[in-house]
Amino acid sequence: MSRTSGEVWFKMVNIRSIPSPAVHTEERAREADHPSSRLALFGADQPLHLDCGIDLAPFQIAYQTYGELNPEKSNAILICHALTLDQHVANVHPLTGKPGWWESMVGAGRPLDTERYFIICANVIGGCMGSTGPASTNPATGKLWGLDFPVITIPDMVRAQAMLLDRLQIETLFCVVGGSMGGMQVLQWTVAYPARVFSALAVACSTRHTAQNIAFHELGRQAVMADPDWRGGRYFEEGTHPHRGLGVARMAAHITYLSDAALHRKFGRRMQDRELPTFSFDADFQVESYLRYQGSSFVERFDANSYLYLTRAMDYFDIAADHDGVLAEAFRDIKTRFCVVSFTSDWLFPTSEARAIVHALNASSARVSFAEIETDRGHDAFLLDVPEFFEIFRAFLHSAGVARGLAKAGE
Amino acid sequence: MTAQQQILPLPGLAARGSENYRGDHLLVAQMVERGSKVLDVGCGEGDLLQLLEARGIDGRGIELSREGVNRCVSKGLAVVQGDADTDLVNYPDDAFDYVILSQTLQATRQPKVVLENLLRIGRRAIVSFPNFGFWKMRLQLLVGGHMPRTENLPATWYDTPNIHFCTIKDFVQLCDEINVKMERAVALDLYGRPLRLNAPWWFWNMFGEQGVFLLSRAGKGR
Repeated sequence: MSRTSGEVWFKMVNIRSIPSPAVHTEERAREADHPSSRLALFGADQPLHLDCGIDLAPFQIAYQTYGELNPEKSNAILICHALTLDQHVANVHPLTGKPGWWESMVGAGRPLDTERYFIICANVIGGCMGSTGPASTNPATGKLWGLDFPVITIPDMVRAQAMLLDRLQIETLFCVVGGSMGGMQVLQWTVAYPARVFSALAVACSTRHTAQNIAFHELGRQAVMADPDWRGGRYFEEGTHPHRGLGVARMAAHITYLSDAALHRKFGRRMQDRELPTFSFDADFQVESYLRYQGSSFVERFDANSYLYLTRAMDYFDIAADHDGVLAEAFRDIKTRFCVVSFTSDWLFPTSEARAIVHALNASSARVSFAEIETDRGHDAFLLDVPEFFEIFRAFLHSAGVARGLAKAGE
Repeated sequence: MTAQQQILPLPGLAARGSENYRGDHLLVAQMVERGSKVLDVGCGEGDLLQLLEARGIDGRGIELSREGVNRCVSKGLAVVQGDADTDLVNYPDDAFDYVILSQTLQATRQPKVVLENLLRIGRRAIVSFPNFGFWKMRLQLLVGGHMPRTENLPATWYDTPNIHFCTIKDFVQLCDEINVKMERAVALDLYGRPLRLNAPWWFWNMFGEQGVFLLSRAGKGR
């Protein structure tokens, strides 16, 4: 879910001194309402019907596109982003100035080839990078939404994306791709709009959030809300920011994206810029320093309330529950071609969850490929350069492309 | 005995040359009707599935080894990682026209249960297996006093995945026991060539290196 930034990854940060992201507050507020992205505006006559029963209107969706849509409109790929990522897949991020989060996957000659496909990625509803969310201005009041924003779900996110595609006049997606929360959206797409999805690539995800997943999210939310600077979610009005709470939430979450083996390989018990322990609560260990850095860099680019909403959306996700408890029913008679990928060391969305998806798809006679990729890099492996993963990605898209008439066999 | 059949040339593959494919794969592919839906259990690196897909057959696979699965998926095949012994129960009845178990039966923990599942999931099953009654096997055990090893089964007894060997005769007997109908049967020699059609079963059991059977559920009137 994060960039684990393999190279320039950490510097000394003390949790008590996690810098307040005040310098970025204005920029973040601007991105939330007036993003450096393409924008689709939906007026009062086009409300988004939310699962909670509220019609959200007006609202906006911020999105990025790469490549060209072909005349037949048959080469569109939708990327669904993960919890703390956004639509800036393959361009410099407007807030951080860092490269896109999936540059290795998206581009000319890359598995998601911009010479071949038209690639769309939209900020999810409830996000903080330009699509309407708690950090956006509520047009009815002229103030930021904050906790007045309705609780959203994964199906709500997908419904909003479908409205965006209608706006772009794209009826069928060649492929929907995503990892983690993005993978949940991929699965929701196939369940809600099976006829609009030719193929689906769901990575490191599940059809439901487990009790352990919910527990970790609750830990993160409580960390945010326990920060006195959170101010009941109205921090933006009081000139504060719950950066300590959000930083701690990020630190805890980040551990779940890695693995014991990966942490040990990277850090072991090595000390940070010192030979001996200081007998204090300073960041003596490299792993502590790394986590503090992850926390402090995250608060610079992410809205605390948005974090509450998006984690909640994942918690509520349970496809089987919407189909009388039978997952296979959700995929009945589906024609979509599936590829499900899991990673051996991912304990957040372990292979057993992926296997449950595959069993349900098999029971529905869906065409499904499933590969488990051996890596010690944990859940975050889907964002990293894992050659075997890329190979499978490329091959699946190629074979789907042949079936779709986008590519020739043996090409 | 009428089930014993001769292999026929496979239409549509002559141009590419059938020498690229294993003899038993060609035979299996010939048994599958075009346009049908097939599950290959223990599909290895997907050679048979590729052959089937080239013939316009909708093929799916299950493979135990992660390397095999990933190789298949990177060939664009619809293959999932799974275990024939434990995962077949997750498939619904009549999900496929054919379920293929190619050179895998002897590696399952419960061959009988697996066979029953094949014919529950598929309307027909195609099973091929190495014949432990092959003369070379018999000779090695009789004369050499060793567990047999052949070109096609080179593993030693302590590291072989094959835990349930049988002979063609044993397999025919099992089919009778669980009320399975043999629609076609072919025995192949060491080079993957079919044995004479009118040879008696004992001859097959002695000179067939492997057996390939097309099975269906026995009708009510049996």
